[in-house]
Amino acid sequence: MTDRTSKTTHQVLIFWIIAGWVGFFLLPWYMVDGGLWSFEWLFDGYPFDEDYAPAAFLIAQGEKLWLAPLLIALTLPLLVLKRAKSDPLYARVLILSGALGFGWLIAQGFGIGIRGFNFNWLEAYFGELGDRQFGMGYGAMICASSLLFLLTQGIAARGAINGDVFVVSAIGGVITIVTVFVFFPIAKMLFAAFVTEDGAYSIAVFFSKFFDARLWGLGCFFGARCGAAWNSLFLAILVGFVTTVLGLCFALVVTRSGFRYKRVLRALTVLPIITPPFVIGLALILLFGLSGSVTRFVAELFGMQPTRWLYGMPGIFIAQALAFTPIAFLVLIGVVEGVSPSMEEAAQTLRASRWQTFRTVSLPLMRPGLANAFLLGFIESMADFGNPLVLGGNFDVLSTEIFFAIVGAQYDQGRAAVLAMVLLFFTLSAFYAQRVWLGKKSYTTVTGKGDAGVHPLMPTGLSVPVLVIALGWAVFTIIVYAMIIYGSVVELWGVNNSLTLKHYVTAFSVRFEEEGIRWTGAAWDSFWTTITIAAIAAPLTAAVGLVTAYLLTRQNFAGKNAFEFGTMLSFAIPGTVIGVSYILAFNVPPIEITGTGVILVVSFIFRNMPVGVRAGIASMSQLDRSLDESSLTLGANSWQTFRRIILPLLRPAILAALVYSFVRAMTAISAVIFLVSAEYDMATSYIIGRVENNDYGLAIAYSTTLIFVMLAAVGLLQILVGRVQIGRRTQSTTETPS
Amino acid sequence: MKKITSTAVGSLIAIAASVSAAQADKLTLYCSAQEDWCQLMARSFEDATGIDVNMTRKSSGETFAQIRAESSNPKGDVWWGGTGDPHLQAAEEGLTMEYMSPMRDQLHDWAISQAESAGNRTIGIYSGALGYGYNADLLAANNLPEPACWKDLLKPEYKGHVQMANPNSSGTAYTTLASMVQIFGEDEGFEFMKGLHSNINQYTKSGSAPIKAAGRGENTIGIVFMHDAVKQAVSGFPIKVVAPCEGTGYEIGSMSIIEGARNEEEAKKFYDWALSPEAQNLALQVNAFQVPSNKSAETSDSAPDMSQIKLIDYDFKKYGSSDERKRLLQKWDEEVSTLPQ
Repeated sequence: MTDRTSKTTHQVLIFWIIAGWVGFFLLPWYMVDGGLWSFEWLFDGYPFDEDYAPAAFLIAQGEKLWLAPLLIALTLPLLVLKRAKSDPLYARVLILSGALGFGWLIAQGFGIGIRGFNFNWLEAYFGELGDRQFGMGYGAMICASSLLFLLTQGIAARGAINGDVFVVSAIGGVITIVTVFVFFPIAKMLFAAFVTEDGAYSIAVFFSKFFDARLWGLGCFFGARCGAAWNSLFLAILVGFVTTVLGLCFALVVTRSGFRYKRVLRALTVLPIITPPFVIGLALILLFGLSGSVTRFVAELFGMQPTRWLYGMPGIFIAQALAFTPIAFLVLIGVVEGVSPSMEEAAQTLRASRWQTFRTVSLPLMRPGLANAFLLGFIESMADFGNPLVLGGNFDVLSTEIFFAIVGAQYDQGRAAVLAMVLLFFTLSAFYAQRVWLGKKSYTTVTGKGDAGVHPLMPTGLSVPVLVIALGWAVFTIIVYAMIIYGSVVELWGVNNSLTLKHYVTAFSVRFEEEGIRWTGAAWDSFWTTITIAAIAAPLTAAVGLVTAYLLTRQNFAGKNAFEFGTMLSFAIPGTVIGVSYILAFNVPPIEITGTGVILVVSFIFRNMPVGVRAGIASMSQLDRSLDESSLTLGANSWQTFRRIILPLLRPAILAALVYSFVRAMTAISAVIFLVSAEYDMATSYIIGRVENNDYGLAIAYSTTLIFVMLAAVGLLQILVGRVQIGRRTQSTTETPS
Repeated sequence: MKKITSTAVGSLIAIAASVSAAQADKLTLYCSAQEDWCQLMARSFEDATGIDVNMTRKSSGETFAQIRAESSNPKGDVWWGGTGDPHLQAAEEGLTMEYMSPMRDQLHDWAISQAESAGNRTIGIYSGALGYGYNADLLAANNLPEPACWKDLLKPEYKGHVQMANPNSSGTAYTTLASMVQIFGEDEGFEFMKGLHSNINQYTKSGSAPIKAAGRGENTIGIVFMHDAVKQAVSGFPIKVVAPCEGTGYEIGSMSIIEGARNEEEAKKFYDWALSPEAQNLALQVNAFQVPSNKSAETSDSAPDMSQIKLIDYDFKKYGSSDERKRLLQKWDEEVSTLPQ
């Protein structure tokens, strides 16, 4: 038995040692020109050409000698191959070589950059280097993973987490990638806020940018303009509050009313989630702008002068309320359904009226849902970029200000960093406030004991206004979407309203030639890039999210709380902030991925990972631990248990994570707009470009197409992953006729 | 799960194959003109030379920011189009490369003087005069008089009807600011901007947005380059173009090769080709009504006739320099933008 386990572990060890050697001796060490998928280097001077050479060849030619120490770290583990896992030397050697090798790799990456030494003190100490290095490539990446996993195997061999190599490696891996792709860029951005124009650090610079009238000004009380920070904060609170109320109305109508067309309502709530941002803004302009159809109609009816009231706070507010109410609804529906009917029945048995029951039992039990819905609305509004861009008028908000600080003629990265810090401060405070408000009270009502029963209907005094609000919202949404479809088939909005399909033709025309299909439409490039990137990012996001969820629910280890906070942090970071920090962090070696498709994939993974984590945690906590235990008792290791027992039972969570990350990858704009490049243009940034060019027809036609593509993709994913019924219970549906 | 993996792997292989199949010469083009013009230039150059072109379109301010951000490790090769100031600024900061094209003697004087003021790190490819346009329908609906001069825009009846871009984010708006300073002198120029401020309904982020909003009927008067206004009129929007009576400033759309370009040879080929009459005639196909810099290139009948417009002697060297720019923008930020409207 012991013999067998030690042998399997050694197989893993041998695998990673070989990987490290391949990375060092065979693959190009530095990033090759032309991206990750170009294999030009194979035929172009490899392995001796300096640009494509593996590390070993570089050292042999007397170049980049600072890479040589890595060889020691890769050789040392060979010494302990014959030793048993329980031998203290085994663990010690692996930890030593892994830690030193990994540490050295990072140190040299940051120490030596594109202009020789990166730090003055290094140059003062060692003198001018006279050499430089570019971003890490395949070789360095594989070598780094190899060293990292040597380290985790050493730690496991010392007995951490019962010597479980898979769990220790998974923890190490997640910590490393979260550090690299979340903490490192954010830290880099925080530093950028202190940089003066000549590259020195200074606190004064930070304060002069922080205490800026454009940020904190209160001019709006005296007829001028308020600062962007106040605007954002005020708008976000308003949007968070209103979307929560609207979402609650919807949830109540769906679960606690006799309303007949609940399904239609539910279907409507999906729409805004798969709609590219700012499309709603465009539709609002077509309806309520100075020359919008509604505006003109009302103006003629009442003989009023049309105004530009839409541009600014009112417009952004309406667009965001439309777009984010469904999110609040989706959060609340689970909670509203989850309140156990037996509690409410108990209240009613004790002679509480319907209204009393609702106010003193049902509503307080919904508090976690309300807090979550508000938080989501708040953060989404803070981070929203598309709607303020289209409808902002003179109402500056942080997200657009950040963008124009970077791209504007003033080009002030420091200011962007300061603004991003303020934005981050707001969202994190909201996050914290939510936790405090919920406190440590128990909201558990689903106990596992049978709680058959039906939710009582809402009190009449409540149900009428709730139904009116929900229906009003639904009608409004339908009008807005009808407008979007109509807008994509008219010649020139407002001037020539004849119907045409020319926008679709311009965007998506194809020509059949002898060599095959030629994609001549203007939108194809960005369309294929978007689909590809979304398709690559979605499974990776789900994988990272689920592994993290597994570690959080099933394993106990020191620093677990900090680990959870780290993985959830990227959820509270607005996309604009991610975009800015990625540009600052990844445009220079050692990790140099701006302008590639990789940076887009990476940004999507870490933007959307928290949803995968949450979905995974939710479904994993429903799976009894006894399942894992029996698997482990029968001799499977934790990887096998994860792969064979947990994963198959997680299909709903996998589906949720896949759908969410795919859809978000196709509709995200705030981070993307900073990260797109000539080769990798995304649909949303292309559409923004068309909007800026007054080409509303094309922009709306493209957006409409995206909506249908996403609907199709979501359906396809459902079929691929499959719907499974887990357990013997069927989901209690409230739609059953009562 | 297996199916997903296999599809994912399949798509990866497909991408790898498609990328490695096309390993011809290539060029990364940063384009700051309008989208369709950029597309047409890129595709036509591909057809003419067989060099693959990767094109991104961003406004001149955004492109300048990007080139500066990438300066330690340039990703782009050529920057084509967009107002000349950021090109001059890039030249001043050494972000672009000195190059003497063999096509130079075919160009108008203004294109060459643009090159000379930047140490031959940039060159003029087209020019356009500043002005404004108004939506004739909206003007009539509001019973407003037809404006003809810059000073007309200060009249109180236009309150809430004028739109211009924010000079901080738009090259067009900075040209407006610099032109007013040159037409009226600095003090009176800023008085003009202050008066204008109280009539402005929105400072847009992008330069041509005001006239586009006017075209759609979301705004009445937009201060823009005249060729942008002409384009809206030609597209069918009820826009009238005005060349202000006091005279006006102008821009020289420029082109530069990025210092440290990875495909320098291809960049030079593009540079020479873009100065040829054939390349410059492409503008007419996409309703770009700027005046081309090659003397033998065709001009459109709809283009504003440069000889009829009173052009000021715009000092590109002075007003294109970073210091002057920063000073004027800061002054505008402090003295104009904070005023109540």
